[in-house]
Amino acid sequence: MAQQAAIPAIATVAPARPRPRWVRLVVYATLTLFALFYLLPVYVLMINGLKSFQEVSLSRMWVLPSSFSLDSFAKAYGKLAPNFANSVRLVIPATLVTALLGSVNGYILAKWKFRGADLLFPLLLFGMFIPYQSVLIPLVQFLQRAGDALGLSLYGTIPGLALVHIVYGIPITTLIFRNYYASVPTELIEAGRIDGAGLAGIYRHVVLPLSLPAFVVVLIWQFTAVWNEFLFAVVITNNPAQQPITVALQNLAGSQIVEWNVQMAGALLAALPTLLVYVFLGRYFLRGLLAGALKG
Amino acid sequence: MPRLNRDRILAVAVLTPSVAAVGIFVYGFIGWTVYVSLSQWNSFVPDLSFAGLQNYGTLFATVRFQADLRNTLIFTVTFLAACLLIGFLLAVLLDQRVRGESLFRNIFLFPMAISFIVTGTAWQWLLNPSTGVNLLFESLGLGALRSPWYTEPRTAIFSVVLAATWQLSGFTMAMYLAGLRGIPEELMEAARMDGASEWQLYRHVIVPLLHPVTLSAVIVLGHISLKIFDLVFAMTGSGPAFSTDVPGVFMFETTFRGNRFAEGAGIAVIMLALVAVLIVPYLWYGTRTAAEA
Repeated sequence: MAQQAAIPAIATVAPARPRPRWVRLVVYATLTLFALFYLLPVYVLMINGLKSFQEVSLSRMWVLPSSFSLDSFAKAYGKLAPNFANSVRLVIPATLVTALLGSVNGYILAKWKFRGADLLFPLLLFGMFIPYQSVLIPLVQFLQRAGDALGLSLYGTIPGLALVHIVYGIPITTLIFRNYYASVPTELIEAGRIDGAGLAGIYRHVVLPLSLPAFVVVLIWQFTAVWNEFLFAVVITNNPAQQPITVALQNLAGSQIVEWNVQMAGALLAALPTLLVYVFLGRYFLRGLLAGALKG
Repeated sequence: MPRLNRDRILAVAVLTPSVAAVGIFVYGFIGWTVYVSLSQWNSFVPDLSFAGLQNYGTLFATVRFQADLRNTLIFTVTFLAACLLIGFLLAVLLDQRVRGESLFRNIFLFPMAISFIVTGTAWQWLLNPSTGVNLLFESLGLGALRSPWYTEPRTAIFSVVLAATWQLSGFTMAMYLAGLRGIPEELMEAARMDGASEWQLYRHVIVPLLHPVTLSAVIVLGHISLKIFDLVFAMTGSGPAFSTDVPGVFMFETTFRGNRFAEGAGIAVIMLALVAVLIVPYLWYGTRTAAEA
C-alpha cells in the first residue's frame, strides 16, 4: 500500500446519503445524457465506417448500415498500413528508452539528493510544459546538421523522431518515477547500504523490483503521448513514407478524393491502439494521468 | 575512495546525460529561437543579422496575429470554464453512490486516450452544418438547435471549444472525483451535525477543500489550451476570417510553409511567454512547498 501512495487511485467508497427518488432520477438522467455526448463521435465514426460504398451518403449519416461491410476499413488500412507500422517502430523505442531514463533519474533525485537537486528538478520539469513551437526551428537545424556530421539520417526519419520523443519525454517520466520512489521507505535503502550495496546495487536489488507499478503507468503514458503526437511528427517527417499515422490520417482527412467513410474508418484505425490500451489497462492509465497532473 | 563518495559521483554521472539533453534541447534551443526571432531570417536563406524587435512589431501589427491572441483568450477562458463546470458536476453526480459508476467513469474518460487529430476529424464531420448534428436535431424535432457551427466567423471558435471540452472534461471529472474521495467522511458528517444544508456543505466545505485540485486542473488545461495546435489544425484550420486561428497554427504556417523563420520564432517566443506566466509561479511555489514538507 505504501508504495502505491505516490499514485492516487480513486477510492470506491461513496458517502451514504439517502436521497428522494426524483433526485436519483435526475442524477441518472444527467449522467446518461453526458455518456451519450461522449459516445456520439465514436458512434458516428463506427456506423459510417461500417457502411458499404453504395450506402454512403451525407444525408444518411445517422442511419444505421443495412448490412455490415468492412470495405472502408480495408481501404483505410490499405492506405494507412505503412504509417501504422511507422508509428509502431516509433513508439517502441521512444517508450522503452524514456521509461528507463526516467526510472534511473527519478531514483537518484528521490534517494541520492545532492546540492542543487532542488533547483535542478523544477528546471527539468519546465521542459514538459513548454510549447514545442519554441524549440522547433533549432531542432530541425540540429537534426539536419547532427545527422550530416554523424553520417546518419535523423531529419525526416522515424529514428530521428524517436530521439526527439525520448529527449522531451525525460521530464514527465522523471517526475512520475521520482514521486513514486519518494514513497519507498528510506529504511529499505539504508538496509541495502548496510548490506554493502552501493547506488547501483540498491537500484538493481531493492528499487527496481518494486518499480513495476510505476513502469506500467509510465509506459502507458508515453505510449499514448507518442502515438497521438502530431506537431513534431509533421515538422520532422516530411516524406510520406516515413510519416507516423497521425500525419497520414491528417493528409487522408484533408483529401478531397478519398471517400469520407474511408476517412472515418481511418480515424478509428488510428485511435485503435490507444483505445485498446485504455480498455484493458484503463485503471493504470487513470492513475498515470493523475500522477502526472496532481503531483506536478 | 569511500563508497559513499564514489556513489555521489556515480549519481551525478548517471544524471548528466539527461540533464545535458534537456539543457540543450529545452534551454539551448529556446535561447536559439529567441536569437532567431531577433534576426532578419525571413526567407529560405538564413540571414541572422540583427533586426531588433522588428519581427515582434510586425506581428503585433498583423490582423491575423491580433485575431490569434483574441482567440487564444476566448478559447482558454471558455474551455477552462466548461471543463471545470462539467468535470465538477460529473464528479459530484458520480459520488452519489451511483450504480454502474465505473462504466460511466470509463465513458467520460476515454476521449483522453485519443489523438487530437482523430478528435478534430470526427468533430469536423459532426459540426458540418449540412450534415452532422444539425441533421440529427432535425430528425429529433429539435430543428431550433441547428447552428452554422464553425462556418460562422463570430462563433466558430466555440465549435473548437466544444471538441476540446469533449476530449478533456472527463479528465477534469477524474481529478475532482479523486479529490472528493480524499475528503474525510467525518468532516462532512461534522458539517451536517452543525446543521449545514447540502448546498452549504458544498459551498463552504467541499469546494474550498477542492481548491488544490482546481488549481492543478487550471494549470494542466490552461497550458494545453495556450499551446493548442493539432485540434485546430485537423478540425477547422484558420477558419473563416481567421476566426479559429491560434498562434500554434500561425507559427507552423509562417515558419514551415512560408519560410519566414524569424517571424515564426517570434510567435513561438510569445507562446512560450504566455505559458511561462502560468507555469513558472506554479513550479516555483510547488517545489518550494514540497521541499518544506
